[in-house]
Amino acid sequence: MTIAVRTLDDGAWISVNDSRQVSVSDVWTLSRGVFCDCEPAYVLLEGFFDVDVDGSVVAASTVGQCLECGTRDSIDRLPVGRMIDGKFSPYDPAGVQWLREPDAERDGESS
Amino acid sequence: MASDVEEWKDELYGTDIRAEIERFAEEGWESIPDDEQDAWFERFKWYGLYHQRAGQESYFMMRIGPPGGVLAPGQFRRIVEIADEFSRGPAENPVFGNGWIDVTTRQAIQLHWIRLEDVPEIFEQLEDVGLSTVQACGDSWRNIVGCPVAGKDKHEHVDADALATDLHDTFKKNEAHSNLPRKWKVSVTGCDEGCGQGDINDLAFEPAEKEIDGETVTGYNVRVGGGLSRNEPRLARDIDVFATPEQAVDVAGGISALFRDHGDREDRYNARIKFLVDEWGPEKLRETLQDDYVDFELETAGEDLREDYSYNAGDADGKHDHVGVHEQNDGNYYVGLNVLVGRIGVDEAYDLADAAEEHGSGEVRLTQRQNIIFTDVPEENLETLRSEPVLEHYSPDPHPFQRGSIACTGTEFCSLSIVETKNRQVRYARWLTQNVELPEGVEDFHIHLSGCTASCAQPQIADVSLRGMKTRKDGEPVEALDIGLGGGLGENPQFASWVTERVPADEVPGAIANLLENFAAERDDETQSFREFVLERDDEELADLVEPEETDYEDPYLHNTKRTWYPYAEDDDLDASPAPARADGTPIPSDD
Ligand code: HEM
Ligand code: SF4
Ligand SMILES: [Zn+2]
Repeated sequence: MTIAVRTLDDGAWISVNDSRQVSVSDVWTLSRGVFCDCEPAYVLLEGFFDVDVDGSVVAASTVGQCLECGTRDSIDRLPVGRMIDGKFSPYDPAGVQWLREPDAERDGESS
Repeated sequence: MASDVEEWKDELYGTDIRAEIERFAEEGWESIPDDEQDAWFERFKWYGLYHQRAGQESYFMMRIGPPGGVLAPGQFRRIVEIADEFSRGPAENPVFGNGWIDVTTRQAIQLHWIRLEDVPEIFEQLEDVGLSTVQACGDSWRNIVGCPVAGKDKHEHVDADALATDLHDTFKKNEAHSNLPRKWKVSVTGCDEGCGQGDINDLAFEPAEKEIDGETVTGYNVRVGGGLSRNEPRLARDIDVFATPEQAVDVAGGISALFRDHGDREDRYNARIKFLVDEWGPEKLRETLQDDYVDFELETAGEDLREDYSYNAGDADGKHDHVGVHEQNDGNYYVGLNVLVGRIGVDEAYDLADAAEEHGSGEVRLTQRQNIIFTDVPEENLETLRSEPVLEHYSPDPHPFQRGSIACTGTEFCSLSIVETKNRQVRYARWLTQNVELPEGVEDFHIHLSGCTASCAQPQIADVSLRGMKTRKDGEPVEALDIGLGGGLGENPQFASWVTERVPADEVPGAIANLLENFAAERDDETQSFREFVLERDDEELADLVEPEETDYEDPYLHNTKRTWYPYAEDDDLDASPAPARADGTPIPSDD
């Protein structure tokens, strides 16, 4: 099944199958080391600039800032949700997230 | 690969969108197929319709763009009538009620809670008085901004109103310029005060003089590539071109076509012409314009008037905005009225329309500081105009903290926003007015609040710049603001530098109070302006002067207004949203 993903309204949204699903300007909780040295890091996402699909996982590329130490950086392929039985199920920004390992790309299927 | 947006625009864009809007309006919101919504919402922007944020599905923001902010007699009243009839939401705003108009920083009007089903009727009512929403959003010529008192101003050197209107007439609904890589913001200044804000636009015409064949000609110098968004602010750059008033439209068309052909259509984040100017430099841009886009020899830049620019220039004296009573070039007066954060409730808006008609010509103009101006008031009417009750609130003589406040749309309607903006800025202005003494000699103090880095409230050109952020306070995430200092326009414009980041929103008024106290204590003397004071210091010194602090100011919007369907609703939970709704307001059940 093909999954249509795109960013919309100048990076305000990740749209999955033509529906606005993940919104920018939320605080995501990331585990240590993937963004900065804070444990955990609370990172405000300021804009999505790309999105693609890794198997069933939707991953967004984005710019964020850590609310504790102030690090501002881009994040490659942050998993923001996954497809379950053809329906998109977003991850909870407040649950601890880790970034995908690079080798997860091997079964990557970019839309 | 071209972006989805480029593909949608290729398929259908420009004036062809109108018939589709009419069709969807006729058949109702639910007739837009789910899998086509993204594409249609993108296209609707070209006609000034912007779909509101999550929790407000099926409601639109509508923008109306009069060139140079000039609303001819009758046009302001018509907009108020439309707001009265069609711009009513399912819940009330505690400060502004239900039904208002927003005056924007680009001299446009925004209406909210617009139903698609009502749009054809609204278009008819607008067109009936010569107004339009065409290209108010989307990838094309946006509303043309300029001196709000063009044509009537004693400081005018060249008629900016005539050029703004020519550009509007030429480039709205102009097929060759309908589909640009990105938004295209144009400014025309004609006066020696610099109030067109050209420096922060994609294309700026600024007054200049040039000797041509032994004669001094008055016209425009041209700058390209200004803009504030995305942490990448740029001042428009001088491309060394002088245009006579006769040449100006052709030069504008040439640069717009150059942008159409050479702007980046692969990557929307790199698409604005400011990035092309970064890449090419002003010389290559001028060469390409000369070689491929105009068929006459371009003049080199003339003598400009920037040295005299006083508007938002940060000097201790000089005219910084258009508020107050000022004489026109014909002996009548214009009266600039302060509109706090740009929002006017419908009832008061009717009173203002009455007052403009009774005491002036009925013309109402919009400024880039979110204020309004009545023009053509005869001297003998000034007194009675000033005694109108509605002018107590919309004052020609406001307190500097009220006068200097600008705020963008924010989480109330905007999906990019991180924080609540307009209601908060109203509360800030009130608290500061009641609690903080301005240092001696400071009559202008600009505080601009934007909900995110898109910078719609133009925070980087304020004395105090506020930008939406989050932080953690007592273990909880709260709405916060980055604080920047020392921005402004004038001969040598300056972007604010962000000296203190992530200040909890309830500590910001205290921070401003402490900052002003420190400024008063440490400034050289009473003639030193705040901007001069900031320029003399580095960021670390400045950060020490800010000192965020809790005060008796209370902030009702600290906790994530973004995660609500409407931040002020009694039950603001996203699940309690009445949207999407049918034309009569009844919610449409979701199918899952
Ligand atoms: C629902 C979403 C939005 C709302 C309600 C909104 C509102 C506004 C308003 C009221 C203005 C001034 C008015 C005018 O153009 O006539 C403005 C200007 C502006 N907008 Fe937005 N906007 C939105 C989305 C965006 C986006 C997506 C961007 C960019 C990525 C953006 C960037 C700007 C900038 C940079 C300015 C003014 C500063 C300049 O001239 O450079 N806005 N917006
Ligand atoms: S500055 Fe950001 S939050 Fe404010 S209206 Fe513009 S896009 Fe929305
Ligand atoms: Zn950190």
